[in-house]
Amino acid sequence: MTHVIELEGVAKRYDGADAPALGPVDLGVAQGEALAVTGPSGSGKSTLLNLIAGLDRPSEGTVTVAGQRIDRLSEHALARFRRERIGMVFQFFNLLDDLTVADNIRLPAQLTGTARRAAASRAGELMEVLGIQKHARAYPGRLSGGERQRVAVARALVNKPALLLADEPTGALDTASGQDVRELLVDLHRGGQTVVLVTHDLELARACATRTIHLVDGHVAVDTHAEAVR
Amino acid sequence: MIRFGSGALGRVVRSGVGRRRVQTLVIAVATMMAVASAVVAGSLMVATNAPFDHAFARQHGAHLTAEFDPRRVSAAQLAGTRSLKGVTASAGPFPTTTINPVGPDGGHLPALTLVGRSGPGKDVDALDLKSGRWARKSGEIVLSASFAGQFLPLGETLKSSDSADAQTLTVVGFALSASGSAEMWATPAQVRSLATGESVLTDQMLYRFDSAATKAQITADRKKLAAALPSGALVGTQSWLDTKHATDRGAAATIPFLFAFGVLGIVMSVIIVGSVISGAVGTSLRRIGILKAVGFTPREVVQAYVAQALIPAAAGIALGVVLGNLLAVPLLSDTESVYGTVSLSVAWWVDVVVPAGALLVVAVAALVPALRAGRLRTVEAIAVGRAPRTTRGQWAHRAAGRLPLPRPVTYGLASPFAHPVRAIAMVLAVTFGTVAATFAVGLTQSLDAVASAQDPEDRADVTAVTGAAGPGPGTGRVQKAPAAGAERGPAASGSNEQQPSADPAAVRAAIAKQPGTAAYFGTATGDATVSGVPGTVRATLYQGDSRSGSYEMIAGHWLSGRGQVVVPTGFLERTGDRIGDTVRVTFEKETVSLRIVGEAFDTANDGMRVHADLDSFTKAKPEAFHIEVKSGVSPADYAQKLAGVVKPLGGDAFAESAPEGENMIVLLEAMAALLTLMLVSVAGLGVLNSVVLDTRERVHDLGVCKALGMSPRQTVGLVLASVAGIGVVGGLIGVPAGFALHGYVLPVMGESAGTRLPPSVLDVYDTPQLVLLGLAGVVVALVGASAPAGWAARVRTATALRTE
Repeated sequence: MTHVIELEGVAKRYDGADAPALGPVDLGVAQGEALAVTGPSGSGKSTLLNLIAGLDRPSEGTVTVAGQRIDRLSEHALARFRRERIGMVFQFFNLLDDLTVADNIRLPAQLTGTARRAAASRAGELMEVLGIQKHARAYPGRLSGGERQRVAVARALVNKPALLLADEPTGALDTASGQDVRELLVDLHRGGQTVVLVTHDLELARACATRTIHLVDGHVAVDTHAEAVR
Repeated sequence: MIRFGSGALGRVVRSGVGRRRVQTLVIAVATMMAVASAVVAGSLMVATNAPFDHAFARQHGAHLTAEFDPRRVSAAQLAGTRSLKGVTASAGPFPTTTINPVGPDGGHLPALTLVGRSGPGKDVDALDLKSGRWARKSGEIVLSASFAGQFLPLGETLKSSDSADAQTLTVVGFALSASGSAEMWATPAQVRSLATGESVLTDQMLYRFDSAATKAQITADRKKLAAALPSGALVGTQSWLDTKHATDRGAAATIPFLFAFGVLGIVMSVIIVGSVISGAVGTSLRRIGILKAVGFTPREVVQAYVAQALIPAAAGIALGVVLGNLLAVPLLSDTESVYGTVSLSVAWWVDVVVPAGALLVVAVAALVPALRAGRLRTVEAIAVGRAPRTTRGQWAHRAAGRLPLPRPVTYGLASPFAHPVRAIAMVLAVTFGTVAATFAVGLTQSLDAVASAQDPEDRADVTAVTGAAGPGPGTGRVQKAPAAGAERGPAASGSNEQQPSADPAAVRAAIAKQPGTAAYFGTATGDATVSGVPGTVRATLYQGDSRSGSYEMIAGHWLSGRGQVVVPTGFLERTGDRIGDTVRVTFEKETVSLRIVGEAFDTANDGMRVHADLDSFTKAKPEAFHIEVKSGVSPADYAQKLAGVVKPLGGDAFAESAPEGENMIVLLEAMAALLTLMLVSVAGLGVLNSVVLDTRERVHDLGVCKALGMSPRQTVGLVLASVAGIGVVGGLIGVPAGFALHGYVLPVMGESAGTRLPPSVLDVYDTPQLVLLGLAGVVVALVGASAPAGWAARVRTATALRTE
């Protein structure tokens, strides 16, 4: 089976900390898999996500994503890797307030040098699919939480990434909006998108993920995939 | 209730100063540079104005010194002028003449104006008797204090002329006339006895008027006087403004330039300190909210934020005072030489007023945003600190997004519109930096043009003289008279001391015959008298095609034949003559009428010079020949060979060395470079500070962009683009403003130096240069933003994303 994510002996230790924030961890995520990472606060969920996204570097071990070992890449190469292979959805959306919805969605495509018209066309497709077409010229500040998260998902998908990473995507949403985003993620996975989802919400994990790992104190305490194999 | 003593407030202030190192540094450096330039400008203004003004006020100086022809006007008529409307005081008539005294060692003193007065005076031109006593009887004279020194001690004797029947004159005192009414005084009877033969006797009257502050007022007073007396009675006048200008001239020319830099520095300091402090408050809303939440009163918050500005500003001001004093020393020592024995130092009150003013400016600049901080409601402050950013500037992002440029660049270009006040402060900082650079470049070029326009006879490759060469190169050239007030003595005689010993015709023939001669012209120099002008003026007479040695012309043309004279601006202003007028010039006892054909750029001898065709004077003979050699001919070899021919005739020849830069010009250029560097640095620091604030505020957004795949290079591009537009706008405003400042200040400097300026000095900019100066604004902005841009590129994405 082809692994989109391959972590071998990965550990992360922050300056001044006695114990590592994560690991060592060995983890493989197959193409098309939807992995949910759960665990209490401080268990290392976000650290794991940051390492997979190339936002941070491991203290030990190797991280390979979409066939590319990223733990030794330069900042420039990491940036290129992220914009081409990774789509990220954040708990608090992280939309740029001074750009319109359409401009927010187009931004990652424009960073890769995609032609203006092609980027606009791709953004248009996504807005239509996600039902936010009517907000194209609006600014994020005027949208509801659920709408903002849809914009964030559209932005994450604009470069057709190999991997979609979502960090507590429903954490800042009301129940209805959360349900909305949950269905969106399920649909994306059904469409073949590999997803890694960090969440406290076990309901969300159950609904969206085909596999769940539960972290405790930086270590994988439960891996439903391993249990299934056993 | 929690009570905070001064300890808590002090800790908050210290931590604020310590945490915001960039702002602290910017405030300190900006104030240091502004204060330094203000101290230099202020001390120069005081030094150049105070000595003359104080002496003039103390002596009840004469606003107008007038000479009358006693054959045309009676003493009673002159006495009647006392009651003319506008005359507030007067003295005279005093018998006046001009003599050429001979020193104890036989050396000639310059021709001196001798006035007969029975005492130092009281109501008008009350002379300051520096040493000795007043002349009581015939044979006693009082000399101008500028002659006092080892060559002419009290009791020394002079001869009234070099004729056999010359009278012996004993120096019994030294006096100073702020009005510059004469250089020598004696009893009236003594003056009348000396006014025989060629020494014409005139009557001197000294007037004070109720309106005499401007040239126009003085001119009106003069007209009133002339109109009240028979035609031709008034033969010459001297305005106190001319005397003041001549006295102040050395350093006064620097005042407009230093004033311009001083104002630029102060305005920049206010803008940058104001923007730094308001920026510090703007980015500290959460901190202010927390301070209030834990019990700080609004007043304590205001105190904390004003103190955060005042502490680094006080350090900068202290350093600025020291730096300003150090910079003022060379300028003041130069000024000191202009005023002779007067010892100059930075006025103590300049060292008090400038820092106090700067501190006040900083306090006010800090107080406005600090009051805003104090008024903020606690909940509001905390909420604003955490809330999404302002939506200002969204239109700019929309518009910039349409530009055919990479997205990080267009994103950066639109960024300044989110903070218009901060952007305006940056534009102003860059504008003032560009103004300073443009002005300094123009000033330097103008000063270079001034330097190259001085002493044009020095441009010759070789000079041949008809007399012995004496001390070396330069002999036989125009002798520069000592600066006003500088020590003069027999050794510094300015009279026609060059005694030709070789036949000029023989020297001219030798030059004509010498292989390698391309062109040459002859000159004779000496003192001359001009009708209506008290004392003597320096004359240079030219023989042959003197165009290569011509002065820069302000108006009219250079000499093209006999009967013509070219004079500097100072001469025209002093005499009231214009181009086309005729003047009567006496040179070596030969008087001719010459038509003024041009106004030359020549500041030597306070502008009291005449340049005429030598052939206008039948008895005059050239003393020096200025030679251009043919291309490829070594001037040194040429001079050696020519000297071999003319030395046996009694003459000499030498190659001219490259002229040295004038001290004042070198000094001004160094000052301009230094002050410009300071102001451009302040501009860069202002941009640095604003971009640091902006980058810190936007660090989360930058983290988002980086998470989406923005590379470090693109991040640097984004931050630099955010100031590029500001640099362009600053350059577009700054270059024309600097150009205009140069166009305004240079003529004022020229006026202070007693001259108008020729186009070669004023029109110094060319288009490519102005374009480059415009780009300098962009460079200042980019350099200022480069450090925060690098920081933004290096900041870890995960850290940036966690930043609130």
